[in-house]
Amino acid sequence: MQFEFLLEQVVNGLVLGGYYLLIALGLSLIFSVGGIVNLAHGAFYALGAYICVELSSRLGFRASVVISPFAVALLGILFERFILRRFYTADPILSLLVTFGLAMVAEQAIRMIWGAAPVTTEIPQSFRGSVIVGDFLFSRYRLLILAAVAAILLGVWWLLQKTSFGRVVRAGIQRPDMVAALGIRLQPYMTAIVMLGVGLAALGGAFFAPITTVHPAMGAEIMTVAFVVVVIGGLGSFWGVVIAALLVGVVRGIAIHFEPAAGEASIYILMFLVLLVRPRGLLGERIEKFE
Amino acid sequence: MIRYPRRTLLRAGAAFAGAAALGFPAIVRAQTEKIRIGHLTPLTGFLGVIGSYAQLGVKLAAEEINASGGILGKQIDLLSEDSINPATAATKAQRMLEQDGAAVLLGEISSASSLTIMQVAERNKKVFFSTGARSDALRGKNCNKYAFHCDIPNTVMVNAVGTALSQQGMVKGKKFFTLTADYIFGHDLLKAAKTFFGAHDANLIGDELIATDVTDFSPYLLKVRQAKPDVVCCNLAGNQVTNLVKQYAEFGFPYPLVGFNLNTGDAWAAGAGNLSGTWPTVWYHTLTNPTSQAFVAAFTKKYGKTPENHAWIDYVTLKLLAEAINSTKSTDSGELIAYFEKQAQFDIGKARKAYFRSWDHQLVQEAYPFTVKPKDQMKDQWDMLVLGDAVPAAGDPLESIYPTKEQNPCEMKA
Repeated sequence: MQFEFLLEQVVNGLVLGGYYLLIALGLSLIFSVGGIVNLAHGAFYALGAYICVELSSRLGFRASVVISPFAVALLGILFERFILRRFYTADPILSLLVTFGLAMVAEQAIRMIWGAAPVTTEIPQSFRGSVIVGDFLFSRYRLLILAAVAAILLGVWWLLQKTSFGRVVRAGIQRPDMVAALGIRLQPYMTAIVMLGVGLAALGGAFFAPITTVHPAMGAEIMTVAFVVVVIGGLGSFWGVVIAALLVGVVRGIAIHFEPAAGEASIYILMFLVLLVRPRGLLGERIEKFE
Repeated sequence: MIRYPRRTLLRAGAAFAGAAALGFPAIVRAQTEKIRIGHLTPLTGFLGVIGSYAQLGVKLAAEEINASGGILGKQIDLLSEDSINPATAATKAQRMLEQDGAAVLLGEISSASSLTIMQVAERNKKVFFSTGARSDALRGKNCNKYAFHCDIPNTVMVNAVGTALSQQGMVKGKKFFTLTADYIFGHDLLKAAKTFFGAHDANLIGDELIATDVTDFSPYLLKVRQAKPDVVCCNLAGNQVTNLVKQYAEFGFPYPLVGFNLNTGDAWAAGAGNLSGTWPTVWYHTLTNPTSQAFVAAFTKKYGKTPENHAWIDYVTLKLLAEAINSTKSTDSGELIAYFEKQAQFDIGKARKAYFRSWDHQLVQEAYPFTVKPKDQMKDQWDMLVLGDAVPAAGDPLESIYPTKEQNPCEMKA
C-alpha cells in the first residue's frame, strides 16, 4: 500500500511538472533565440490568468482559456518589437534590468486595473472531481491540463524540428551571422518565438487561474520555480527543460510523501546537486567558463 | 530698487521677531503638532491581500477622526507601511518609535511578525495594538504589558466552529485530518484544535504542516485521501486557505472540509462555488447594528468595495484608541494601559460591547460561525456567507469562549 501511495505521488508530480513546463519552456526558448533572460516572463503568466478570469465571466471558462494565451501572444509582439529587440546584442545586464523593471511595472499595472484583492473564476462542473484508475487518483482537471501540455509539447517540437520555420530558428541560434549572410531576416522569427514563449506562459496562468489564487504578485511567485527548472535542465535546451520540469514535480511529490516539511526545499536541493555535478544543467550547452 | 532706511528694516525685523515669539508659535504649533501613529501590516506575501484591507480600514478611521477635529484637538499623522516579515516588521517598528516619534503602534496580521513588534513595543515602553494576529501564545506565554490583542484568538475560533460542528454531529467519534500552516499561528491553532478534539471524543488521524509559500496542494490532498478521514480541517492562513479551498473543490473529495481559521478576504478570493463547510469569523459586513452599518457605508463609498474583517478591525482599533486618548487626555503609555485595564467598554459594531480583559489584554467580543450561501442566492460577489448565531449565546458571559487563566497563563512583568 505504501508503495502505491508513493507511486501516486510520482504520477501526480509528473502532472505538476507538465504545468511548470509551460512556463519554463517559453523562458528557455526566448533565451536560446535572443540570448535574453526574460525576468518579465512571470508577468505574462499573471496576465494570462487575469485575462482568463476577466473573459470567463462573459464567454465562459472554456473559451477564455483558449483566447487568453492568444491575447497575451499579441502583447508579446509589442514586447519584442519595442523592448527586447533593442537588447539582443547589448550587455546582458541591460536586458536583465529592463525585463526586471518591466515585471514590476506589469505587477503594478495589474494592481491598478484589477485591484490588489484576488479575482476568481471556476472550472466548469464537468471538469471537476477525480478519476480513479486502478489504485491511483487523479484530478480530472489536471489530467486535461496534462493532455493539453503533451499536445503542445509535441507541436512545439514538430515546429522546431520538422518545419522550415524551425530550421531557420535553429540555424539562427547557432550561427546568426550565417543566416544573415543567406539573406534571411531573423527578426520576424524572433517575434514569433517571443509570441510563442509568452503565450505558453499565459496558457499556464489561464489553466491555473481557477485552482490557485489569482493576485498581482503571482507572476513573481512562479518565476522562482521556472528558473529552477530552466537551470536544472540547462538554459536553451528543449528536452533538458522537459526532463527538468517533470523531475522537479516528481521530486517535490516524493519529498512531501516522506518528509512534508522538506517539500519546498527539495527542488532547491535537487538544483544544487545537479549544478554540483553538471554546472551547465542536465542537457545544457557546455559553458567553457565553468567547466 | 526701493531702498529702505536701515532703522525701518530693523524695526520691521524686531516686530516680526516679536510677533513670532508671541503670536505665531501657537498657530504654527497647532498646525504642525500632530499625534503620530505607526501602522504596520503585511501588504505583500501570503497575507498581503487581507493586509491591504487593513490598511484601507485604518486610513478611513484616521480621516474620519481628523475630519471631526482630531484627538485632543490634534490631527492624526498616520504612518502605514508593509511589515513584510518578522525581522523587517521589528526594524520598522523600532524606526517608527525612535525616529518618527510614533506615540502608539497598531496593526499586523502575522502572529510571527506581531510577536517581534510586541518585543520592540515593550523595549520602548509604547503601546502596540496587535489587530489581526490570532495565536494564543501572544496572549499567553509571550504576553507583555504594552501589547493589546484585538482579533479573536485561535481558541475562540476553534470553540466557535467546534460548537457548530458538534451540533451537526460532526465531532464525536469522527476521524479528523488537519492541514496546518507551518509557523507560530498554525502550530498554535493545531494545539487548540487538539485540545478541542480531546475534549469532544474526536480522533486526529493525520496532520500535515504546510509551508506558507506552498501554492500547489495536490500532494497533500493525495495524503488526505490515503488516510480516509471523516472530516478534513483547514488550519491554514491567508492565500493558503484560498488555494486549498479551490483545489479541494477541484479534486471533489467526499469528505467535508471545515476550518478553524478564515478571513472573509480569503473566502471571496476562493470564489462562490468553491467554498463549502463551516468556518469561524470575527466580523462580517452584513451585521445589523448602527456602528457596523455606518462603517460599511463609509468604506464602500470611499473605496467602491465591501470591507473585509481586517478593514473593520483596524478601523475600530484606531477609533477606540482615539476614544481612550480623549478620555485620558494623554498619549502616555502608562495612562492608556491603566485606562484599558479598567475594562472600559467599546462599541465595536457588534450586539454586545467589547472590552480588553485586564489580565491578558485580549479584546473580549462575540464571534460567529458561518456557512456558505448557495451561489444562486448571492446578491453580489461579496454576499457569500450565512452568519450563524453569535457565540457565546446572549445569556452566557462573553469570556466563556475565551481561554482561561489556567489554559493560557499570562504573566505580565510590571
